[in-house]
Amino acid sequence: MTRADAVARVAASLGRDALAVACNGMIGRELYTRADAPTRFYMIGSMGLAASIGLGLALVQPSRTVVVFDGDGNVLMNLGAIASAAAAAAANFHHVVFDNAAHGSTGCQRTISDRVPLEDVARAAGYRRCARVASAGALDDAVASWFDAPGPSMLLVVVDRANVPGIGRVELPPAEIAVRFRAACTSS
Amino acid sequence: MGRRFLDLLERHGYDFFTGVPCSLFESVTRILDDEPRYGYVSAVREDAALGLAAGAYLGGRQPVVLMQNSGLGVSVNAIVSLNQIYDIPALLVVSWRGQDGRDAPEHLVMGRVTEPFLRLLDMPYEVCDPASIDAQLGALTATMRTTRRPVALVVPKGILDR
Repeated sequence: MTRADAVARVAASLGRDALAVACNGMIGRELYTRADAPTRFYMIGSMGLAASIGLGLALVQPSRTVVVFDGDGNVLMNLGAIASAAAAAAANFHHVVFDNAAHGSTGCQRTISDRVPLEDVARAAGYRRCARVASAGALDDAVASWFDAPGPSMLLVVVDRANVPGIGRVELPPAEIAVRFRAACTSS
Repeated sequence: MGRRFLDLLERHGYDFFTGVPCSLFESVTRILDDEPRYGYVSAVREDAALGLAAGAYLGGRQPVVLMQNSGLGVSVNAIVSLNQIYDIPALLVVSWRGQDGRDAPEHLVMGRVTEPFLRLLDMPYEVCDPASIDAQLGALTATMRTTRRPVALVVPKGILDR
């Protein structure tokens, strides 16, 4: 399964009110290209911090489902964020990790997630639910109900190493992304 | 002093607290640790604290991030590639270890460059003066709200320790 396809499948499964925080690199660009909405925050810099941003948001908006679209490189860069999410035990925090065992936007150099199963790390830290899926069918089955049950959760999605063509950059200016997203977070 | 400081922060609208501790503001973190009503999130790193604060801001809060000045070094990328490009504000309460060259060796270099470092980052700051702390917080908060950028209150030894 391509990562862009996996990102689109997860996005399509989210309820209208769910809030998504996407990490930098290809994952945010794929979410923007395939499924942009005001309820999406695209982190274009500050690699490693998407899960922390998502956790801060989940803690102050406990009635909203918060889904972090993360990558293996991002998770590994700030692995302590998993400990923070587990310790906070926020039921509305969901961590979806698209794992290609590589740094997609810099030329697909290897990470170490092929030897360090990140969902096992999350389980050991104390996430309530963790699972690994590796096919489109298994992903669709999982996301049909995954976000209805309490977190913290990690759904690790094994994806192809290569990038798909035709994915642009996030075109919105960062400050505009923040204003739009804050309005979506604080309305209703 | 910790109680008075937290009361002032709340009076200036701050309602989300996270950070990494320092002995120089121990009187503040002791209260934050002990009183659940603050919802204090003890962060694992200073840049992760800025991430948590950014999420809280996007969720409608006005955050404070406490850190030792050593944590400013850890936080550079979060400040310049998250807060300053997305216009995500926060008040950083930064302890000043190594001020005047009198401290443990690991604090001396950062202590010497703390002010130039904040200027290099283009971050408005005040060096905390106990006699005018309310006015300092008022000015910093006004700047932060107008610019939607992070600002810093630098806390020397002997003000918030106890």
